Amino acid sequence: MGILSLLVWLPIAGGVAVLAAGGGREAQAGGLRVYRWLALAVAVATFAMSLPLWTGFEPATAQMQFVERLPWIPLFRVEYFLGVDGFSMPLILLTTFLTPLVVIAGWESVKERQAQYLAAFLILEGLMIGVFAALDALLFYVFWEAMLVPMFIIIGVWGGERRVYATIKFFLYTFLGSVFMLVALIYLYLQAGSYSILDFHALPLSMNEQIWIFLAFLVAFAVKVPMWPVHTWLPDAHVEAPTGGSVILAAVLLKMGGYGFVRFSLPITPDASGSLAFVVIGLSLVAIVYISLVALVQQDMKKLIAYSSIAHMGFVTLGFFLAWSIVGRTGAVPGIAMGITGGMVQMISHGFVSGALFLCVGVLYDRLHSRQISDYGGVVNTMPRFATFLVLFAMANAGLPGTSGFVGEFLVVLASFQADFWYAFLAATTLVTGAAYTLWLVKRVVFGPVANEGVAGMQDLDAREFLVLALIAAGVLTLGLWPGPLVDVMTASVDNLANHIIQSKL
Amino acid sequence: MSNIYLAIVLCPLIAALIAGLCGRLIGRAGGHTVTILAVGASFAMSLLVLRDTLATGTVFNEPVYTWLVTDGVRMEVGFLVDRLTALMMVVVTFVSLMVHVYTIGYMHEDPGYQRFFSYISLFTFAMLMLVMSNNFMQLFFGWEAVGLVSYLLIGFWYTRPTAIFANLKAFLVNRIGDFGFLLGIATVLAYTGSLDFATVFGRAPELGAQTIEVFAGSPWSVATVACLLLFVGAMGKSAQMPLHVWLPDSMEGPTPISALIHAATMVTAGVFMVARMSPLFEQSEVALTTVMVIGATTALFTGFMGVVVNDIKRVVAYSTLSQLGYMTTALGASAYAAGIFHLMTHAFFKALLFLAAGSVIVALHHEQDIRRMGGLRRYLPVTYWTSLVGSLALIGFPGFAGFFSKDALIEAVEAATIPGSGYAAGCLLIGVFVTALYSFRMFFLVFHGNERMDEHTRQHAHESPWVITVPLILLAIPSFAIGWFTLGPVVFGDYFGPAIAVAPPHDVLAQLGREFHGPGGFLLHGMLSLPVALSLAGVAVAWFAYLYRPGLPERIRRVLDLPYRILVNKYYFDDFNEKVLARGARGIGRVLWKGGDVAVIDGAFVNGSARLVGWCSGVMRQLQTGYLYHYAFAMVVGLSVLLAWVLSRG
Repeated sequence: MGILSLLVWLPIAGGVAVLAAGGGREAQAGGLRVYRWLALAVAVATFAMSLPLWTGFEPATAQMQFVERLPWIPLFRVEYFLGVDGFSMPLILLTTFLTPLVVIAGWESVKERQAQYLAAFLILEGLMIGVFAALDALLFYVFWEAMLVPMFIIIGVWGGERRVYATIKFFLYTFLGSVFMLVALIYLYLQAGSYSILDFHALPLSMNEQIWIFLAFLVAFAVKVPMWPVHTWLPDAHVEAPTGGSVILAAVLLKMGGYGFVRFSLPITPDASGSLAFVVIGLSLVAIVYISLVALVQQDMKKLIAYSSIAHMGFVTLGFFLAWSIVGRTGAVPGIAMGITGGMVQMISHGFVSGALFLCVGVLYDRLHSRQISDYGGVVNTMPRFATFLVLFAMANAGLPGTSGFVGEFLVVLASFQADFWYAFLAATTLVTGAAYTLWLVKRVVFGPVANEGVAGMQDLDAREFLVLALIAAGVLTLGLWPGPLVDVMTASVDNLANHIIQSKL
Repeated sequence: MSNIYLAIVLCPLIAALIAGLCGRLIGRAGGHTVTILAVGASFAMSLLVLRDTLATGTVFNEPVYTWLVTDGVRMEVGFLVDRLTALMMVVVTFVSLMVHVYTIGYMHEDPGYQRFFSYISLFTFAMLMLVMSNNFMQLFFGWEAVGLVSYLLIGFWYTRPTAIFANLKAFLVNRIGDFGFLLGIATVLAYTGSLDFATVFGRAPELGAQTIEVFAGSPWSVATVACLLLFVGAMGKSAQMPLHVWLPDSMEGPTPISALIHAATMVTAGVFMVARMSPLFEQSEVALTTVMVIGATTALFTGFMGVVVNDIKRVVAYSTLSQLGYMTTALGASAYAAGIFHLMTHAFFKALLFLAAGSVIVALHHEQDIRRMGGLRRYLPVTYWTSLVGSLALIGFPGFAGFFSKDALIEAVEAATIPGSGYAAGCLLIGVFVTALYSFRMFFLVFHGNERMDEHTRQHAHESPWVITVPLILLAIPSFAIGWFTLGPVVFGDYFGPAIAVAPPHDVLAQLGREFHGPGGFLLHGMLSLPVALSLAGVAVAWFAYLYRPGLPERIRRVLDLPYRILVNKYYFDDFNEKVLARGARGIGRVLWKGGDVAVIDGAFVNGSARLVGWCSGVMRQLQTGYLYHYAFAMVVGLSVLLAWVLSRG
């Protein structure tokens, strides 16, 4: 069994074991609650086992690595085909890094059916890794859809008051998108004669075919990212989801959309991507400008962060689709790889920052059971350590240099300037608007005199919460101060993609 | 050699981390000891560096580590240490050291003592990274990092609503500047393929020759676009109109940081940046004219506001705005050296004035209104004399540091030939009078005349402890003396060498330098010139109106009611920003949210399609009534239609 298979199936098996260990109510009532430790052990073990992906990764090649390839359904030439390159490997590490933190964050705050809660996250982890590692389109699709189930359960069971509306909306939105993708995948299979994504990359397609396939993919991935105007499921899902659900949703699930663009849309349909790039760029800029203004007026902390996520993900899609404008304007390729790299770094960074912000909201919610900004004020007086973390993550969200939030935005703005002055101009407005909504939130929640008795009675972070936030803070700062190693593992794959997409398939 | 540069920046950083993270462990004394030692070490090493660059003139330019490489662009953290850098390093670390010592006295009762020391050390680190940077990316790092610390320090007393309003405002206004700065960096990268100063400056002439169409159909010089965008960044950080609005409010922070950040160092980063970019700015007269006009406008119009405010710190803050305008005007006139020289003298005397104001505030138990002061020279002798030195330097009294820097600066602007220099010179000359007026208005109201404070305050008024007065004295010395021996080499000599590039037709300082024969001659020449006369007139008017005829200002105010109201309302910039821009952005956000997201996308499409499905199924349900005779009837109708169709086809 290869390392990738282990990473996919260990958490899933672990999740089943956690269910078995904590199945009965009496097992969950006891003091020790063995299943919690089991869940933590599985999550940490998975993270430990994902580290060889980083250390053993060969950064000089764009070829797939750690490949496992077995026949699965020979009749239709479906394979169990796993492998990673510079795009998927960092995303897998992001997943394995965050899952243990989510387990720790749910240690005390989840009271009901805790074993099932933890198991859902472990199973979800395995499926997410499967999505990133799958190189067979059908296998990819199976993981992609299966992933919805635990997430659906997490929001639907442990969610807030309007959880049913939110889950149905979440499910229908993403499922609708995925169905179009399935049609496109089947068409590609019929043309290529196999489900291998790598075969799809090399498959020549007419412009007409490319346009339809591109649009099918676009629907699927745009919903996941989410891009304006198919984003409205996200604020509802976030508001209703439990803390851990929000963290994984923002940090990893949204990245599926961005990953889909670099794994499917761009390499399979480069000509259609080029001729329709203006759509994606336009929607990305709308997301950055429009959604930032919407975020400014939110009253609910989770909604604000959800909108901020949409705006930040706008940089990802913007960076990915700059290539043709750059070639069109300058006739040269410099800038293309920078845009794609920026989008990728932005995804990793957003995983840290949005996850951390949702954890921070969770910390507040555990104490006061409110997500409304107006119920807080002057939290720094009672929770100075928490306030320090929140200010750090807020600054990262506002893209302050030295934090991870800066790197991706910086690269994408630089690259978009090569494409068009006004792209860069509109994208850079996030410097002002992003700071405005984030720091205004901080001002109203953290600073000022103690606002009410609820805030006066709040306890500062305990060791468990401190540990979780400190680990993410370390990630945010490391990535901000020295993004080189992360960029280096992606470079070969990014350059390869950049060269691939500007060659016409026609 | 690179080790010393690393040590210079890392000392304050490590001290900041120790004081910030282990504050409780090391206690108050530990907090100030470790940071003062670190900044002191940085200062000492900066002096060594200055001596080295003076002796050898060598330029150090090397990377420290590679931040990332993408697309063939290598982004690095690295140091460029030439004479411009060395001068800035000494100024920054010296003022920072003085402020550290002063803080022991000023903040000794504050519960956030260690946190404060941690912040100001962190600031020193960030500022050093800014001035020592050898590339645009790190410059932006330092740029935003000093902004962050400024944000944290303005909001240091976080329970005060005014303080947390001011720090948010400062950050956001600065972000508007950074918005331009970032686009400027993007312009540079797009047209040179590099972020490294040496490479970019080497290709500056190409930037002047190329064009970019920001608006289709109107090609502009790339250098113009890049410089204007970069200057927007400078306008934010160095508080040039109309981005000046954050600086007066930043006075909500504790006084030591007003001296360090909002007078001596951070706010001059914009001036430093433009001087550093001189090879680029020299490529564009449009940019230079813009810089000059904005600088001159700021110099004059913010000075006017200084005449009507009554908060002791805000008077000094408006004076800072005005002086920053002077420096900026010099940059626009291509007199970069004069701008930097004024930056240096200003750092000393303005830090001195702020710290002296802080000493007054402490002595009067946090009274800041100059209308409730007066006659304090008897109670605060050291503060009085040092304030006098600072004020004389500020107004450019002959022989004081400010005289040399301001006089050289004004002469350079007068000699400049680029468009707008006439307007600029006029603004600066009027500004000299205004500077003297508000400076000595404050000086007389605080230290002379009737004692207008209440009895309790008067009885407790006393001179500050030595940790406060010693920094005052140490700052007063350069405020008086620094001009005598630096004017020649820095402004008219070749101190800066290749660090500052000036195109020969713009080189006004070289013209003036031909007539320069030492500081003594400059002094004699200056005493007969218009600026000195204007500043003496300003002092005289202040004396007449505030000491000799104290009722006069009130009468003038009543006569000039409209101008007075405009000034007191700060030209309505704040009202415009808050009522139009901020409220407008929130209004648009609300419309997009409630109208776009909630009503159209969710209401019409998402839930609308759900309703449509519901409606369709409702219609379809009508067909399935469960009554047998409905089905039978439908079957009969259907059968007949089918039959008719088949038969009709025959």
